[in-house]
Amino acid sequence: MREAIRNNIADIIAEESIIGKDKNRIIKVPIRGVKEYRFIYGDNAPGVGQGGDGEPKPGDVLGEGKDGKGAQQAGDRPGIDYYETDVSLDELIDLMFEDLELPDIERKRLRQIEIERQFRHKGFRRKGIRVRLDKKRTARSRVKRKKASIKHHAGAPAPNRFPFHIDDLRYHHTVTDTRNESNAVVLCIMDTSGSMDTMKKYLARSFFFLLYQFLCTRYQNVEIVFIAHHTEAREVTEEEFFHKGESGGTFISSGYNKALEIINERYHPALWNVYVFHCSDGDNFESDNEAALKAAQELTQTANLFGYGEIKPLGSGYYGSSMITFFSQIQASNFQTVQIQKKEDIWASFKTFLSKDRAREDAA
Amino acid sequence: MTTEYSIADLEGWNDRIVELVQQFGLDPFPQEFEVCDHEDMLSYMVYSGMPSHYPHWSFGKNFEKLKTLYEYGVSGLPYEMVINSNPSIAYLMRDNTLALQVLTIAHVYGHNDFFKNNFTFRSTRAEYTIETFKGHANRVRQYIEDPSIGLEKVEAILDAAHALSLQCRRNLAIKKPSVAEQREMKLYEATPRADPFGAIHRRQERPTPDLTKEPLYPDEDLLLFIRDHNRQLAEWEKDLLTIVHEQARYFVPQIETKIMNEGWASFWHKRILESLDLPQELHLEFLVRHTQVLRPSAGSLNPYHVGMKVWEDIEQRWDHPSAEDIENFGPRKKTGREKLFEVREVERDASFLRRYLTEDLIRELNLFEYKSRGNEQVVSRVADEENWRQIKETLIQNVGTGTIPVIKVEDADYNNNRALLLKHHHDGRDLQLEYAEKTMRYLHQLWGRGVAMETLLDGQRTLLNFIDGKFSIKKPA
Repeated sequence: MREAIRNNIADIIAEESIIGKDKNRIIKVPIRGVKEYRFIYGDNAPGVGQGGDGEPKPGDVLGEGKDGKGAQQAGDRPGIDYYETDVSLDELIDLMFEDLELPDIERKRLRQIEIERQFRHKGFRRKGIRVRLDKKRTARSRVKRKKASIKHHAGAPAPNRFPFHIDDLRYHHTVTDTRNESNAVVLCIMDTSGSMDTMKKYLARSFFFLLYQFLCTRYQNVEIVFIAHHTEAREVTEEEFFHKGESGGTFISSGYNKALEIINERYHPALWNVYVFHCSDGDNFESDNEAALKAAQELTQTANLFGYGEIKPLGSGYYGSSMITFFSQIQASNFQTVQIQKKEDIWASFKTFLSKDRAREDAA
Repeated sequence: MTTEYSIADLEGWNDRIVELVQQFGLDPFPQEFEVCDHEDMLSYMVYSGMPSHYPHWSFGKNFEKLKTLYEYGVSGLPYEMVINSNPSIAYLMRDNTLALQVLTIAHVYGHNDFFKNNFTFRSTRAEYTIETFKGHANRVRQYIEDPSIGLEKVEAILDAAHALSLQCRRNLAIKKPSVAEQREMKLYEATPRADPFGAIHRRQERPTPDLTKEPLYPDEDLLLFIRDHNRQLAEWEKDLLTIVHEQARYFVPQIETKIMNEGWASFWHKRILESLDLPQELHLEFLVRHTQVLRPSAGSLNPYHVGMKVWEDIEQRWDHPSAEDIENFGPRKKTGREKLFEVREVERDASFLRRYLTEDLIRELNLFEYKSRGNEQVVSRVADEENWRQIKETLIQNVGTGTIPVIKVEDADYNNNRALLLKHHHDGRDLQLEYAEKTMRYLHQLWGRGVAMETLLDGQRTLLNFIDGKFSIKKPA
């Protein structure tokens, strides 16, 4: 199950159906079942079937891709092993991030909020469930008992086998615990200029969705700020961010300056983990480029991570400029650019973004 | 329809059925029943009815699949599930109606009798079934819990072993010669026969047999061969291969006799229920259920239906042979009943159909042959004068273990390199290449060195290679 989901994450992410759904809703995930391979016959193996009411005639079509083979065991034909199962969005998100080896994002000493966190190990018990068995302690208590037993029966020949006894078993004890947790703020900046068509917006939206979910798993309390910009930037609600279309030209710097403004006002970087992500099609007005670069540099200094995703759907052609080339002047280690061309890229680019953060931490 | 009945009711019916079973001359193992709900039933289904089984993700996968299919109403649940053990264990679903339970109980006795008496099941050691599976489960769990092994390594071996498990000998009634016996056979083959005209014949050159070759004769039990010839395997790995092999071996007879077995059980449940004097409302429901189970499923093959028709035909032809039959085979020495019991003991699906599926039956069952064309399955032959024999041949190819390609180990030291050479015994059906590749990856994993397999693709001799993690297809010019 987990394998199946994990192997197909890229596909699942690309399925439009899950994007943008409510966190607590149950979603349907198609599992392309993990195939169990054996040696089997291919297509040129004929079979025998039974006719129904009518007389079958040579040339009759039995139906497309139907596994009409009788007397055969289920599952030994290559077929589309396709069925659905219910996985809650939370579970799915957990699975997705599990294989990422994610960065333990830099934590800051900051405004502390008490939050409840469950299942902390606390001490040991003699009774428990198997998964919580502490092998090391169990082994240690056996050794203790052995020593004691030898001492007790001093002089008697030592038994050559000294098996574990049920009293040796030690289990972790877990308690629910409250502890203090740091906070993060994510600033999602999206270009809503006229050049961002539906496809581009969809890609950007999918990307932000993943990001939001990811940060929710890392931080108990994520605040999220949506900024939409064309030639001017403004803070918008989630609903507006994802659904509202605008038009006009593009001044990327406006979005960045708005972000800086918000950070200064409400999320001081000393107290907050600040993540800034920007999705655009890279089609900026030339005259704005210098300003954008300056603002971007400033952002890299304040934020933990600043990511820039450029959306260039295949076939859209490279009209206009690409900001990626332009932004390559920025040397900061926490600045990251990716290019997203199609749905399948989203997961990959998302990984790239975060691996950057990880690499930086490893180096530190 | 009513579901109001008690265990005592079931016991009452069971007693009456047992009485009839004995009257009819059936000879089952003692039978135990367990009443369970549908969730239990699904669980038993994925464990093939075993109360305990070793853990592996594929069972969980199957469970989810069956459950989803069941909950969406795509497929129903079997009314009954019975395992070949002594005493035999069968499960009855709590939600089923009384009529259905009675039908199921009768049906179960049919299977049980078949398990006990058919020759293919001789090798399954029914009295130890439950213990064997429990023992396997314990061993696998022990390896999983062993800190030096762990789940991941165990799973890797099981994944690979599962892929190869059915590549084993099919007819377990034929004894497999030991290595010493094989050596003797080789020597015997190489010894010149006594030739009364030796004085005038030129002396035959006889090559000395190579007794160091492994295997001496092609070996079909892939898992066992790997276990015995890959010296890199640890004891626990060998044990896992043995476990998977033994379980596959236990199920081979059931695969081999699917049509006979289901037909036999259906034949007898019908007989028994007809002699039970059911109250009218139960009888009506029985008729409905019986027809549902025995309904020919258009486009595919319903083993219950085909099997029962053949059994009924045998009884009919031996009790009331036609003039033509008497002319061809002489007068019958056995009654229909005697013949039935003989056939139940000595045949398996392939031989059963070959001997007793007559031209008339093929026509009555409305059988046809189909082939795939692109994405579609297309009817290629119908049961007319010229084609019925071919349909029968195709059917026989597709029953029992006929759906599993025959693949044998030819050489364990191929190219003097400890590579494994296999040969696919081609019978007109090509291998599915994607699956072959993935399965050879598993073989390679277990064997630890290169693996090659000879086969035919589109009529051309082909060598599939899996060496150093790479798969390649070579067609000799």
